[in-house]
Amino acid sequence: MLTPYERLQIARAPKRFYTLDVIERLFEDFTELRGDRRYGDDAAIIAGTATFHKTPVVVIGQQKGRDTKERRMRNFGMPKPEGYRKALRIMKLAEKFRRPILTFIDTPGAYPGIDAEERGQAEAIAYNLREMAKLETPVVVTVIGEGGSGGALGIGVGDRVLMLENAVYSVISPEGCAAILWKDAAQAERAANCLRLTAEDLQRLGIIDRTVAEPVGGAHTDTEESLRLLDSALKENLEFAVSIKSSERVKRRFKKLRELGRWSE
Amino acid sequence: MSWFRKKSNRIESVPANERRVKTEGIFVKCTKCDAALYKRELEESLQVCIHCDFHFRWDARSRVCWLFDDCRYEELDAEVTSLDPLEFVDTKPYPERLERAKKTSGLPEAIINARGKVGGHDVFAGVMDFNFLGGSMGSAVGEKVTRLIERAIDERAAVITFAASGGARMQEGTLSLMQMAKVSAALAQLDSAKLPFISVLTDPTTGGVTASFAMLGDVIIAEPRALVGFAGPRVIEQTIRQKLPENFQTSEFLLEHGMIDIVVDRREMRPHIIKLLNFMVNNNESDE
Repeated sequence: MLTPYERLQIARAPKRFYTLDVIERLFEDFTELRGDRRYGDDAAIIAGTATFHKTPVVVIGQQKGRDTKERRMRNFGMPKPEGYRKALRIMKLAEKFRRPILTFIDTPGAYPGIDAEERGQAEAIAYNLREMAKLETPVVVTVIGEGGSGGALGIGVGDRVLMLENAVYSVISPEGCAAILWKDAAQAERAANCLRLTAEDLQRLGIIDRTVAEPVGGAHTDTEESLRLLDSALKENLEFAVSIKSSERVKRRFKKLRELGRWSE
Repeated sequence: MSWFRKKSNRIESVPANERRVKTEGIFVKCTKCDAALYKRELEESLQVCIHCDFHFRWDARSRVCWLFDDCRYEELDAEVTSLDPLEFVDTKPYPERLERAKKTSGLPEAIINARGKVGGHDVFAGVMDFNFLGGSMGSAVGEKVTRLIERAIDERAAVITFAASGGARMQEGTLSLMQMAKVSAALAQLDSAKLPFISVLTDPTTGGVTASFAMLGDVIIAEPRALVGFAGPRVIEQTIRQKLPENFQTSEFLLEHGMIDIVVDRREMRPHIIKLLNFMVNNNESDE
């Protein structure tokens, strides 16, 4: 059994597959659609149309860079407001033409910078959460690497939420958590243990629906096999989401969101 | 023989060097202009400095009383409280932190739910308190906000929230994060029902609360000079390694950038809210 901190290292492994790898290997006829029609385009989020097992779909995901140059271009996978607004614009396109949506989460978080704040980072995420809840088309979300807080959730509301075995999904990065609690980012390992950010924990807490297995040692040790496993999980869950009648599907999504949390009354 | 007897008739005299006039708790120093403010006067001015208009953080109970007509309201959902689903321990176990927060704030959670009339309109209000674990949103706060919205939908009433929060509650991990989606979904339904939602931002409103219900108001009002943002200023400074501009992430900054509707002095807030409700509450359905 791997510790949460070990899984975090695997989730961040530089050779792990990214959203673009998923699109390249599991989708066909990908056409990237860019820009939010408001301010600009954000390379940290990729969006477009494609076919998945011959079904026309919309695919959206955060993209970290593979090398230094791409990492800078993609802002290390940390989206700005225009990224979230572009994502929603393309989701509404899917809704209009009654095509399913697949999103892939892999981000350290929404970008914390002056320009992002100026252009309403919080509003962009909040608006996505509200609008995604009522999308009248199937949405399948998969956390493939790092699920960094609100920045991840901003494209993460759906009918089915999948998560790779070694992916992490957390309210705050372990480094950030450690810096707040113990004033020491070096205590990230301790924080990772506290935060319950693994797929196993999150499935138990009712936050994700399905854990997608990875090859022993992590996805980066065998990308081919990892993507094959992801493909069959996506196919199965998309078929399930599509099989439900639209009005019923939205109702179920609301009910699922309604039940999130543990409280006493 | 009398039933009660004084144990001692002696009054203990205070030694001369310990005698002093107690002024503690009578005066408060203004954070901004340093003026000494008479505490009772400060309460009368709704915790706003009468010299420089600095807005002190305000406790939720006083704010609820101020909001509703003649301070008449019914508190709701006080039984909804936090659990410790993660068994979270940092320097102290989370349940201990909760107990302490309840004691020091006198509140069951970081938000008070209440119903009553505002300017004669039926209103469900959620008022947050920064004194309760930094006004953080965990499962209980998310559930309370959701219940508030659902009641408003059932009774065709308005929702008003007063945000005061550092963001999602770390000690409940990803469950706290999910509350953002949960309350936003409830607001989608309120929106479809064409019912009013006024969001008031107070100092501070950051993180997961800003990135969910606080920024989804039909109208968003902020108190002057409140810190409002997604990422905290320290996180931004560490990320970009440069000084932040003056006024950055204040109410006035957001107003300038088109992110909120109005900045209103607390002492003028109630008439503003009532004017907006007069506009939004429309029982005339002849067009439908």
